[in-house]
Amino acid sequence: MDTKRLGELKEIARKVRVGIIDAVYSASSGHPGGSLSIADLLTYLYFEEMNVDPSDPKAEGRDRLVLSKGHCAPGLYSALAQKGYIPVEDLKTFRKTSSYLQGHPDMKHTPGVDMSSGSLGQGVSVSCGMALSSKLDGKNNRIYAILGDGETEEGQVWEAAMFAAHYGLSNLCWIVDFNGLQIDGPIAEVMNPAPYEGKFSSFGWNVIDADAHDFDSLEAAFKSARECFDRPSVIISRSVKGKGVSFMENNVAWHGAAPNAEQYEIAMKDLGERA
Amino acid sequence: MADKIATREAYGKALAEFGAEYDNLVVLDADLAAATKTGVFKKAFPDRFFDCGIAENNMIGVAVGLSLTGKIPFASSFAMFAAGRSFEQVRNSVGYPRCNVKIGATHAGITVGEDGATHQCCEDIALMRTIPGMVVINPADATEARLAVKAAIDYNGPVYLRFGRMAVPVINGEDYKFELGRGVKLADGDDVAIIATGIEVEQALLARELLKNEGISASVVNIHTIKPLDSDLIVAEAAKCGAIVTCEEHTVIGGLGAAVCECLSEKRPTPVLRVGVNDTFGRSGPAKELVSYFGLDAASIAEKAKAAIALK
Repeated sequence: MDTKRLGELKEIARKVRVGIIDAVYSASSGHPGGSLSIADLLTYLYFEEMNVDPSDPKAEGRDRLVLSKGHCAPGLYSALAQKGYIPVEDLKTFRKTSSYLQGHPDMKHTPGVDMSSGSLGQGVSVSCGMALSSKLDGKNNRIYAILGDGETEEGQVWEAAMFAAHYGLSNLCWIVDFNGLQIDGPIAEVMNPAPYEGKFSSFGWNVIDADAHDFDSLEAAFKSARECFDRPSVIISRSVKGKGVSFMENNVAWHGAAPNAEQYEIAMKDLGERA
Repeated sequence: MADKIATREAYGKALAEFGAEYDNLVVLDADLAAATKTGVFKKAFPDRFFDCGIAENNMIGVAVGLSLTGKIPFASSFAMFAAGRSFEQVRNSVGYPRCNVKIGATHAGITVGEDGATHQCCEDIALMRTIPGMVVINPADATEARLAVKAAIDYNGPVYLRFGRMAVPVINGEDYKFELGRGVKLADGDDVAIIATGIEVEQALLARELLKNEGISASVVNIHTIKPLDSDLIVAEAAKCGAIVTCEEHTVIGGLGAAVCECLSEKRPTPVLRVGVNDTFGRSGPAKELVSYFGLDAASIAEKAKAAIALK
């Protein structure tokens, strides 16, 4: 990727992170850790990878994204705001009674949200149905789903993984946000889903490794997925939970907690919004 | 009466029939196509049939994805698994986003027979009825099952269709008109109204004859759509007869009887007695015997009707 584009993407990702913190701070609740870990990924998807148009959010031939780890709605909303689906200032209404920005994504009321999600394990099955439908219709669009590493502990994920491979859904690409932490602690201690490579490979998937915070790595990973024509692809996206905000990084306490006023200022400084 | 036919048989045939008319109709099953009769569709349209294996929760999600991309998916399994195991998938992935998914659940109630309690789902109406926006239909016979499938296709939104394993008589004639959410008055009467759904409609009609022999005049109403409930018809029957008996092959908790009680307690308080499975699990046995064993037969309904009249 050329330096200029890399710089542009980094700046967009920075704004996505600012929006995440603004949303969670305004709501005094929400899930910043896992939203920050997918901020670069969402930026890459919306600004490089996916064929989508914010002026026509329901365009029939569009690529689709299911945020199966729906609790990271602040990340999705902030990326949608940067892309122009919703006003950036609306992020501050997140989780408020009068707002359309629900705690978990609601496709009925949020432009750009392709599926309501939040109950872990369910979104990935929906992505399989979308991919199957495109195959049936001979469409060339692609279907993406982002799932949490903890989410892979849900049995339904593996039902869906079996289904996608069985029906050869090569137009389907999942991204596992592998930040290594879930609410109760490190996933390796709570209920270890590793190794991903062996599990997905044996389920018949094309498994790709990526650095979630390196756009060149993401570019190579998505290219590799697009060039696989006989199997679904999964990108194991190695990330840092809370990435970009010093005190949130690799700290499970920020899975589902909002910063106070003082912490908010530090976060904004970390994200380059303050001198 | 014509030959007996199970509503699941009519379901499978209807899918194949309407599959010819609707190119976007797709059918999913979870390794039960031979039993749910979706195999009839599979034979006719193999390219639009997808076996999901023994993985019902994923099947519901796949149906959602298909519905969001212009298909009309029917996802089938036994009621126990479609409504029971996958309740939360139906609630969150189908109901909350109000997806155009049709759930064709067969082998509902105790007439599953010999397989026994683990497979006899008597809670599905209650479960599905609590989901906002979910339409719940329980056809009484093959004619109604076929028309319910058509109505579900034409309705844009989630629908739960409940079918049975046991062969039952065809009650409704060829000129029968099915209207979603509208009950059907099958027989007039003044002393008591018998409000039934599914296979209990036949028993209700037989109970009416038993009561007639004793000089009691009973009306019979078929409520095929339990949600949305035809409250106008139920209130009218309550006003006319002053006593109600509800009949369903389902627990008395949360099903048709509960829905009728909820309706009448608010709109026209009237004595209501419920015939159904009395807060217990099913058991193995020939289906027909179980209908009597669980007090769902015509004689039991007639007794309840007399008790309801005594409460006036």
